[in-house]
Amino acid sequence: MISEYGGALGRRRSLPARLLASPARRLDWALLLAVLALSVIGSVLVYSATKADGSEGFVKKHILNLAIGLILGGVTTALDYRLLRAYAPIVYGAACLGLAVVLTPVGATVNGSHSWIVVGGGFQIQPSEFAKVGMVVLLAMILGEPRDGEVGPGRRDILLALALAALPAGLVMLQPDLGTTLVFATVIIGVLSMSGAPKRWVGGLVGAAAALALTVWWLHLLKPYQVHRFTAFADPSADPQGAGYNAQQARIAVGSGGVFGNGLFHGEQTNGHFVPEQHTDFIFTVAGEELGFIGAVLIIALLGVVLWRGLRIAREAADLFGALVATGVVCWLAFQTFENIGMTVGIMPITGLPLPFVSYGGSAAFANFIAVGLLQTVHLRHNPYE
Amino acid sequence: MGPRSHVRLVVLHVLVMSLLLSLGGRLWYLQVMNGAHYKKVAADNRIRDIVVPAVRGQIVDDVGRPLVRNRTALVVSVDRTALVRQRDGGKAVLQRLATLLGTPYDQLALKTRLCGPGIKRPCWPGSPYQPIPIDDRVDARKALQIMERQEDFPGVTAQLEPVRDYPRTDGATAAQALGYLQPITQEELNSRKGLKVTGFSGVDLIGRDGLEATYDGDLRGVPGDRRLLVDNRGRVTGIASEQPPVGGGTLVTSIDAKVQGIVEKALAQAMQDARHRGDPADSAASVVMDVRTGRIIALASFPTYDPSVWTGGISQDEYDALLSKQHGQPLISRATDGQFAPGSTFKISSLPAAVKDGYSLHGIYPCPSSYMVGARAFSNFEGESGGDIDLHRALVMSCDTIFYKFAYEEWLRDGGVHPVKNPKDPMEKMARAYGFGKRTGIDLPGEASGRIPDRAWKLAYWNDTKKTDCKRAKTGYPEIAKTDPARAAYLKAISSENCVDGYVFRAGDAANFSVGQGDVLVTPLQLARAYAALANGGTLWSPRVGKAVIAPDGSVKRRIDPVKTGRLPVPSNVLTYIRKALTDVPKEGTAAAPFAGFPFDRLAVAGKTGTAEVYGKKDTSWFASFAPANKPRYVVVAMVTQASTGATTAAPAVRQIWEGMYGLTGQPPALPDGNVPDRLPTLAPDGTVNAPPGFAVTAKNDQPAPASGRPAPAKGDRPAPVKDEQPTPAPGRHPATAKVERPATEHRRRPR
Repeated sequence: MISEYGGALGRRRSLPARLLASPARRLDWALLLAVLALSVIGSVLVYSATKADGSEGFVKKHILNLAIGLILGGVTTALDYRLLRAYAPIVYGAACLGLAVVLTPVGATVNGSHSWIVVGGGFQIQPSEFAKVGMVVLLAMILGEPRDGEVGPGRRDILLALALAALPAGLVMLQPDLGTTLVFATVIIGVLSMSGAPKRWVGGLVGAAAALALTVWWLHLLKPYQVHRFTAFADPSADPQGAGYNAQQARIAVGSGGVFGNGLFHGEQTNGHFVPEQHTDFIFTVAGEELGFIGAVLIIALLGVVLWRGLRIAREAADLFGALVATGVVCWLAFQTFENIGMTVGIMPITGLPLPFVSYGGSAAFANFIAVGLLQTVHLRHNPYE
Repeated sequence: MGPRSHVRLVVLHVLVMSLLLSLGGRLWYLQVMNGAHYKKVAADNRIRDIVVPAVRGQIVDDVGRPLVRNRTALVVSVDRTALVRQRDGGKAVLQRLATLLGTPYDQLALKTRLCGPGIKRPCWPGSPYQPIPIDDRVDARKALQIMERQEDFPGVTAQLEPVRDYPRTDGATAAQALGYLQPITQEELNSRKGLKVTGFSGVDLIGRDGLEATYDGDLRGVPGDRRLLVDNRGRVTGIASEQPPVGGGTLVTSIDAKVQGIVEKALAQAMQDARHRGDPADSAASVVMDVRTGRIIALASFPTYDPSVWTGGISQDEYDALLSKQHGQPLISRATDGQFAPGSTFKISSLPAAVKDGYSLHGIYPCPSSYMVGARAFSNFEGESGGDIDLHRALVMSCDTIFYKFAYEEWLRDGGVHPVKNPKDPMEKMARAYGFGKRTGIDLPGEASGRIPDRAWKLAYWNDTKKTDCKRAKTGYPEIAKTDPARAAYLKAISSENCVDGYVFRAGDAANFSVGQGDVLVTPLQLARAYAALANGGTLWSPRVGKAVIAPDGSVKRRIDPVKTGRLPVPSNVLTYIRKALTDVPKEGTAAAPFAGFPFDRLAVAGKTGTAEVYGKKDTSWFASFAPANKPRYVVVAMVTQASTGATTAAPAVRQIWEGMYGLTGQPPALPDGNVPDRLPTLAPDGTVNAPPGFAVTAKNDQPAPASGRPAPAKGDRPAPVKDEQPTPAPGRHPATAKVERPATEHRRRPR
């Protein structure tokens, strides 16, 4: 169904109908409903994952985050994305500044990553989440310049894009935040190839990424815990109390859900807190255990709807910039979805990436909603008649 | 968007689609195909099976006085899962704990590691999720520190748990009869279904000797099962299911704590007196038996030990001491497992054998000071002559030469050194009929069978030893020749003789046999039941110490009754004759001196002295008795090794026992009106014990149980003795010779 183009909501309406409709009517409702559904499910799962602690603080905060996220998304939707092109350098600069501040003593370390800025009042900001937005907008701006007669961006543009992308990527690696680095790499390759860049560039980048990964691996540049997390996924039982413990417990929790699950709030593994970080990175285990195969597939399907709508918006975007923004968002969300669920079910190594729209986490929720806002603004303004 | 981008967009579609599909596929694999498996794994993950120990049953005496009971002790345990999750694997906590308890850290570390292939004890054989008991002799102050400073001792708990307690009611230790507990070994776990390692110090133990071993199944109870829900840190979040434990049954024994106390006191006194006279008196045993029922009233063995050393894990030093010869191997129950030459006490078998063989019961026989058995003169003890006497007198004054005559003449009639085809062997056959040479079948492990050295035994023994004898016949005894050439030559001559025809049953063998010398060995218990058979008119019992098992609810689970194993092939007039003769022994015979002034009018005690020679050692002192003589009720047998004559050491002890039982010296009698209860004490469900009607449970503890806070074991964990190393072998395996005081080879022919 993802590959099917044009559902009932997506089908082009007749011109008069569109002219009569209010701007709200012209939103991509399928996208919005899928995101809202995921948010509701996510809130319930966060509650389930944290209810044993005896406080509803997590879920309340989560709902507050979602509300702020919705506002941010709404504002983004209202903005004409073409104006973003002008703001892109500011967004990019702010993102880099945020990432740089994290590395100063102002930053805080959580789970081995120095990725946070504590703002007080129990809130903390993770600039790398916002940097994802910055990265998408920046790459789309440089590689989506209107060109005459050219199929794709020139070498100069590509090199500039890569050079500018290297700065936030490098800052993120210093934290170190492997997950976000991988998201950046995916976005770079995705946007670059969609911009029509020559094959040799796309192929070269993919090859370089693979080579770099191998080199880093061999040189042990990764922190021990990162290597552990990477190797543990292959055989979790090799080190059940170490990094493999997460993978093993996650797999047990998901597997024990069976077809129909143990029932919402009745996940014994969840209630026993066997899976670490089960309200953030490992939220999917709660879905797997309590909602079973049915519920887990529903979440994947909803995320599929988001990605499908994103790809559709990219295809129908009014200009290359819009298309590349949408592509970047899709690459970002797609990679994060696959990596997060993949590590939960044991087909991907463990990295600290939240599940979009579902996991607990303010910065991620804000960034995700801004991303949806980007898709909506591109969608709203795809009509050349407007 | 250019055409190139459109193509790539399609590729991206396909890519995203396939990623999502692979996630779905993986979920299908995990949840639908392997869901059942993961459900099981998840259950293992979060459910901890805890075996809830059943409290081990008590062992009480015939009126319900406790011999072994339980007391609560503060047990310090360590939760291994909690330790492992600490940053340093719990090292800091264990070090603090070691300092507090005053034990070396290394020892705690060894105790808390898990047993496995190649890891020997000390290590923890139980489940890693169960608390590991570290010390159950902690005083309250230290336990309080542990519980109050939980931030310093995460994962360490101090709890009250039942441990074995020996109250020594009325001075009764009965250490060897009660036996002891030891940690369950893997072999025992494998061989006995239903045994579970519970994780609680007091109940992970299994009866390894004595009544604790024989009635382990009854005392143990059925452990309960508690399935706990735990979270990721092993914290209990709830109970999934629970099956409460069923407490162990109370074992009622026929041992009477008061009599047992008297017996132990008398034996200790006898040994002490003998030592004052200059005898080694290195061991002693006594049996008191009810002749009508075959029940054991008291069973004592010396040297003895304090059974509370087993509680809470024995230290290596203590354990070594229990096994060492230097300390007299106090684990050995000499009453049932020790084998000794019976001496003249054996004549109650030889006399009826002679009568059965045709010698007149009322005949007059010469009792010279010595009698020629073949070419050798066999003398009376201390060489006195008795003149021509009847058999009554022969028993009263313990004339040996009459028995030598009987034995020698019988031996000649059987063909001498060239025996007839089916020799009559009347004395050997009678001895077997009296139950000698065979285990009595008492309900205690490790019983010895004694030895009746008849022709078959001689042949078997020759087959076993001829290789050595023939070698010695050639090489001689150079190591002895250095210091004692005469003796070396003698030994060499014996060896060459034995090498050639050591299997021949010789005249000297027959003569020695008739007076319980030579190679004859009996256990004190065998002698007691032989005298019981004599006293009760001929019934041979398989004695029992256990009387009944009472369930925790007070109902009688099962009764344990002695078994009749045979009847003496002796006419009742002969038994009466012997009994009458033995009545005169303490009055005017060999035991007259020790029984001087005894109130025979209040209790007619009959008995027989025995003085058994043991090569290289001093004589074994015996006295076997029964009373009241006209209507026998009990048998009392006492034996002290290396303690001079029967009259000197054993008889005074026996006198003291009778006096105590019947209250003949002013004290209240241990047995009211000379009775032991026929009925069982009753147990209320709340645990209170009520004596049978006419008896009282006035438990008086002579010595309080050792206080807790004893120094912790100095080295090693509770040693789990390997079976082969155990001095008392488990039932079914009887390397009897291990603890035989075996006379030297030449002793067989040594004329008295």
